[in-house]
Amino acid sequence: MKQIQSPSFSRRSFIKTSALAGGGMLISFNLFQACKPEAAPPVDISQLNFNDFNAFIKIADNGMVTIFSPNPEIGQGVKTSMPMLIAEELDVAWDNVHVVQGALDTKNFTRQVAGGSQSLRHGWEPLRQTGATARQMLINAAAARWGVDPSTCTTNNGIISNANGDKLGYGEVVKEAANLDVPENITLKNPKDFKIIGSDANNVDIDKIITGKPLFGLDYKEEGMVYAVVMRPPAFGNTLKDFDATEAKAIPGVHDVIRFGDKVAVLAKDTWTAMKGKKALKANWESDEALENTEGHDKILTDLLNGTEFNTMRADGDVKKAFAEADEVVERTYESPFLPHNCMEPMNFFADVTAEKVRLVGPIQTPAGTARRVAELLERDPEQVSVEMTRMGGGFGRRLYGDFALEVAEISKLAKKPVKLVYSREDDMGAGIYRPSIKYKISASIKDKKITGYHLKEASVNSNMYGLIPNFFPAGAIENYQVDVANYTSKITTGAWRAPYTNFLSFAEQSFFDELAEILEVDRIKLRLDLLQKVKGNTDERIQYSPERLEKVINVAVEKSGWGKTEEGVYQGFSAYYCHNTHVAEVADVVLENDVPVVKKVTCIVDCGIVVNPLGAKNQIEGGVIDGIGHAMYGDFSFKNGEPQDKNFNTYRLIRINETPVVETHFIESDIAPTGLGEPTLPPAGAAVANAIKAAKGIRLYKQPFIKHMKAKAPLG
Amino acid sequence: MPVYNLKINGKSHTVEADQDTPLLWVLRDHLDMVGTKFGCGIGQCGACTIHIDGSATRSCLLQVSNVGDMEITTIEGVSEDASHPIQQAWKEVDVPQCGYCQAGQIMSATAFLSQNSNPTKSEIRDAMSGNICRCASYNRIERAVELAASKMS
Repeated sequence: MKQIQSPSFSRRSFIKTSALAGGGMLISFNLFQACKPEAAPPVDISQLNFNDFNAFIKIADNGMVTIFSPNPEIGQGVKTSMPMLIAEELDVAWDNVHVVQGALDTKNFTRQVAGGSQSLRHGWEPLRQTGATARQMLINAAAARWGVDPSTCTTNNGIISNANGDKLGYGEVVKEAANLDVPENITLKNPKDFKIIGSDANNVDIDKIITGKPLFGLDYKEEGMVYAVVMRPPAFGNTLKDFDATEAKAIPGVHDVIRFGDKVAVLAKDTWTAMKGKKALKANWESDEALENTEGHDKILTDLLNGTEFNTMRADGDVKKAFAEADEVVERTYESPFLPHNCMEPMNFFADVTAEKVRLVGPIQTPAGTARRVAELLERDPEQVSVEMTRMGGGFGRRLYGDFALEVAEISKLAKKPVKLVYSREDDMGAGIYRPSIKYKISASIKDKKITGYHLKEASVNSNMYGLIPNFFPAGAIENYQVDVANYTSKITTGAWRAPYTNFLSFAEQSFFDELAEILEVDRIKLRLDLLQKVKGNTDERIQYSPERLEKVINVAVEKSGWGKTEEGVYQGFSAYYCHNTHVAEVADVVLENDVPVVKKVTCIVDCGIVVNPLGAKNQIEGGVIDGIGHAMYGDFSFKNGEPQDKNFNTYRLIRINETPVVETHFIESDIAPTGLGEPTLPPAGAAVANAIKAAKGIRLYKQPFIKHMKAKAPLG
Repeated sequence: MPVYNLKINGKSHTVEADQDTPLLWVLRDHLDMVGTKFGCGIGQCGACTIHIDGSATRSCLLQVSNVGDMEITTIEGVSEDASHPIQQAWKEVDVPQCGYCQAGQIMSATAFLSQNSNPTKSEIRDAMSGNICRCASYNRIERAVELAASKMS
């Protein structure tokens, strides 16, 4: 497991402390980077700024702890789990910890945030170090007052004790502690002593969420701002020839209509008027080249798969030879459509561009990169650009891209006003940065009833699988193994979508192995386990999945799901996958209702190392599984003459509550550093369901969405 | 521009708005009550659900001129301190992930339970099927509605 910890990582360089004027101690720190030497920690809580530090812990003189967390919340729970790491090592009761994100209703500090996309995995070490350092400083202060050796003191839930039985609360020594040197050589707790890590904690924003308080980007308002709605080219490949804004401008409340590039912004007194203004615009569009269609994509990707132009991402042994010598070659092709992200909160952003500064506020996963791009676009000094993050109504990858922030910055500059840009659902779905349509061809050579070769080919739009994905299972398990990729450059914008590439690759591969087991007439679990034996002891550094951990989740899934022991009429499908550093196995239970397959239950076994917040972790797991099933079943998105054919939820189908299985989660107990959970349970879900449908109906699915490709033979829901 | 007197969460509010303005945008942009969310604008996702005289209604499709003197209840009116049994159930089960759709979910659940205080699982699933949760916190929504029903009975 790689830790983000440079050799120069030292507490002195990333933590500074100060005594607060109003009482209490402030620990100012920087995660993932050293503080500037001249950075002075604030002495007044109203002066917190996130330029010099990226997080703060306040310990008040009544012992209450406030963590000022700058981390963006997409819904994956890091705003709860990351402070838990601090609180654990600080040794305070979680009930006495208050987490503040500089939310919209907090006017007493400004935020300039970097490093928003850091996960729990990266924070595991530095966050605990910070908590432990603060705890040691409080102990040192108490020991000095008592005149005892700090090593004879202990802490328990915010109380320091010495060997004589004297006790002091943290709040009583904060003043002295704040002025001590930041100690080095801090020992972290043994995981078996964890009290907060591993215990259930509620989402820290839950009260605000369930009472409707302003939290999200769309809720953000400032005095004097106007609302903007933008008309964008309806088709990818269109440019704006001309437009007529006469009718739009005649609508009372429409302030202005501004063209920028191929887009036209309508500025108005409120969102509804801006939307009406946009509808009243008349535009003529043109295009230089032929516009793209789904049928065209289908042919292009098929041709790529059948062609010879590939980049080889990994090649072990000699696949060609293995195939030439095979008794039998099994070849299957798997196909997926483009997918929009459809965050429930449509894209939106606020900008105020003035001669002095550029201020941006909104839901974004990449504030630093977005600030840089806005500075470039507006030709401004990056020092003048600030990005504040709000809570995000979903991300799924879409909010990695700051296109909407660039748009609103440009509009505000042209309008010379603070502007709030709002996407309608149609804008959001029509101007997406989609999961690209992908096809996989998987071939296996079989000799003497053994798999001797495995060849995976990927044909995708605009980009291909990256990083260590070509080294995921079954890399290392099959002697002759090759991964080849090719892509087609499209005008349709594509990008990361929850569990990029693996969201569909897992379906293809885990369906393929299920079918191979049938062809080889071996037990489908045994086939997987036998392959994993061959990976054990492999020293290839690129192979980061653990055969032992994958084996374990598979075995526990067999046990917990009652694999092979279900009552009559329940059909099971199996899938196991490693991605995002987490090992997962899933079993889907399908029944036939009026001959239609219905997923009743998914048993999900997860090895994500230490589980920081089981309550939040299970939420991610349940969501990931159901999201995976929903998109595999229903997600469909096509283009005609460059134009997306679905614009809203009347035709684009997302899974709903009456279509969901119960997700039963089991964790593998572990003392290994935690890994991510926002993504890894999604990829295996599609294959688990497809394999169960095969068991139930005898129909093998190769294409998503299932509903479309099963319709003729066995309608789904 | 026409002026409307709206009864929202037991209080009277006067707003000036175009007659075709959906109540959703009156609440959000004119009255600063942003708990009611915009999701689709066509009544498909349920994020904007409010109560009109106690019935769950999509505020994105209801024009302000059609509200008249009907009683409007929004998420802000369920309880200010999260003390309503449904909010308590939401908290106990720790339902939200991103949280954006949850106000609408709670409003649908509240209206449903006021008509059916002892629902079956399948009635809950049917009643809540108009509300999309993109994070798919559906298992917990189902459990929270069940829990709320037991708290309220």
